Amino acid sequence: MTNNKMTHASAVREGLAEEMRRDPLVWALGEDLSTAHGGTSADQYRGLIDEFGEKRIVNTPISENTIMGAAVGAAVAGTRPVADLRMADFAMCAVDELVNQAAKIRYMFGGQARVPLVVRQAIGVRKGGAAQHSQSTEAWYIHTPGLVVVAPATAADAKGLMKSAIRADDPVVYMEHKDLWMAEGEVSEDPEELVEIGKASIMKSGSDLTLVSWSKMALLSLEAAKILEVDNISVEVINLRSLWPWDKDLVYKSVSKTGRLLVAQESVQVAGFGAEISADVTENLNDQLKTHVRRIGAPRTPVPYAETMENEYRVTTERIIEKVKELMS
Amino acid sequence: MKAKNSTNYPDRILEMYKTMTLIRAFEEIAEEAFDAGLVNGSIHQYIGEEAIGTAVCANLKRSDYILSNHRGHGHAIAKGADPEAMMKELLGREGGTSGGKGGSMHIADFSVGMLGANGVLADGLTMGVGAAQALVLREENAIVAVFVGDGTTNRGPFYEALNWAMIYKLPILFVCENNTYASSTATQTVTAGPGPVARAEAFGMPAFDVDGNDVCAVDEIAGTLIEKIRNGHGPHFLHARTYRIKGHISRDKMLYRPEGETEAHLVNEPLLKCKDWMIKNGIKQKEIDDISSMAYEQIKEALEAAKNAPFPDKTLTYTDVQDLGNPYLGGSS
Ligand SMILES: Cc1ncc(C[n+]2csc(CCOP(=O)(O)OP(=O)(O)O)c2C)c(N)n1
Ligand SMILES: [Mg+2]
Repeated sequence: MTNNKMTHASAVREGLAEEMRRDPLVWALGEDLSTAHGGTSADQYRGLIDEFGEKRIVNTPISENTIMGAAVGAAVAGTRPVADLRMADFAMCAVDELVNQAAKIRYMFGGQARVPLVVRQAIGVRKGGAAQHSQSTEAWYIHTPGLVVVAPATAADAKGLMKSAIRADDPVVYMEHKDLWMAEGEVSEDPEELVEIGKASIMKSGSDLTLVSWSKMALLSLEAAKILEVDNISVEVINLRSLWPWDKDLVYKSVSKTGRLLVAQESVQVAGFGAEISADVTENLNDQLKTHVRRIGAPRTPVPYAETMENEYRVTTERIIEKVKELMS
Repeated sequence: MKAKNSTNYPDRILEMYKTMTLIRAFEEIAEEAFDAGLVNGSIHQYIGEEAIGTAVCANLKRSDYILSNHRGHGHAIAKGADPEAMMKELLGREGGTSGGKGGSMHIADFSVGMLGANGVLADGLTMGVGAAQALVLREENAIVAVFVGDGTTNRGPFYEALNWAMIYKLPILFVCENNTYASSTATQTVTAGPGPVARAEAFGMPAFDVDGNDVCAVDEIAGTLIEKIRNGHGPHFLHARTYRIKGHISRDKMLYRPEGETEAHLVNEPLLKCKDWMIKNGIKQKEIDDISSMAYEQIKEALEAAKNAPFPDKTLTYTDVQDLGNPYLGGSS
């Protein structure tokens, strides 16, 4: 099997298509899916309507509650829906169906039913997206018992995680970054090459400090680590990929080696997932730590529009570098 | 185009033509600014739909409220927002309607009763209900107009809002701007039943259909309905048929649209229709041309002013979040 270079959007589409070929009960629903040959969904569903038809690529009305609710109903009734809510911001319209239904049905009905669905919702600051098109809400769902949360950083992750998410019997919140849709990477052609949920990857190994992040922030962390080599600071970059469950083994192993931990996240730092990782590592590895665990994330403000403010809001490679140096001094 | 027989009607039409042209100029020049890389986010243009916002707002007072959606530039201008401040907002500059914090999808001007464009579909409907409740509570003799797209009539809050407004006989005009598309989907392909009018009538709400490209027709019916609402007759629904001449957002290439469809609709576009009527009714071509060149001049100047305005200081990121609590990172700085 060879590797192909492709965008995240194409990688996820291929992952979805492969799973749809493998299992006739996998299907997708969402707004503008069947007009994807030039619509706003760009590459993500291109051509799928032609291959799989209208029963399996369902173009929905603008009806978020029913997109999410229908996915839940279809999942308990024996199919594997992939619901596309477009952006995490619009997915808020259907938080009820996701949090009160999908996440709890297995438990509150005493294990009678499983809810094997995937809900796609894009996160991340998109240039000029402002307050209602740029939010990163992964912490909301990590906080919700019953849900799996994944957030790919590379095209290979994007495809492999989509495939695992579809095969999982739990409801999976699949959070892709808007800025990465058109980013390219190497992706395997092997339809059995999956990315296991719960397994992080080491993007760069190092000995001085462990830098944990996910989604686009993992790429910025890698960039920061490469630049820091010049200053002889050896950073180990962990791309978490899966946020719940998260790969504690790998993070613990790395922190035990380096004795230092920085968590970088794009979302609001206060009560974010970085707080959980920091607290967990502090509770469990305190004797291995050479210095306090640190976090970096967005301020507790809505995402501003103007370039100057948007740049102030963003977590950048430079800010990660600064924080690493602070930790090392 | 149909028009009232009143003697001062040509003046009113000239006034509305002026507003429509200003909106058209704003949208075209905003697109140029976008293409030149001056606009930080994306823009949803109101081109081809100008008659609706213009004629509805021509019947509103400053103290009346409007709630808009993602395609809100035209509503804002029609309600009296300053195009220069709006252009500054698009460019993310100081002096923008939201001080550069919001951008195209969050233009608001509370001083003229424009309570905001919106990035989330249908939220304007439910907030419009609340604004009307507030007017009732405050015993204000004012009304609310809410603009909603055809595609958005498939969201649940649309029904909740209509039902609620009807129960409490609230002073609201719901204006459905049916431009036949919802992003890249032809709305009809995902919409059951005979349409928005029937949906409103199902709640017992008086609902009317109008050619939304005919500014006089919209003016006449909106005037009648608003009068009724002001006189305590409760909510009314206006379905205005139009067409989205441009893409969903300015960089949308519209590959989903059948060839020739846009061109076929161009003959019906509201500015052209209005111009034809004015010529037939004795208004001089020069007068019409002057209105147009003044509008483009005004918006070009607005763009220049926006380009010359400074970017907001980065420290403003942390203002207007909330009264209590520290918005800085982790509360440490
Ligand atoms: C709740 C929600 N769902 C989806 C979107 C994405 N979206 C923005 S505009 C739009 C189409 C709206 O169509 P319509 O209501 O007809 O308004 P138009 O754009 O035609 O003016 C969609 C799907 C959104 N902003 N909010
Ligand atoms: Mg529409």
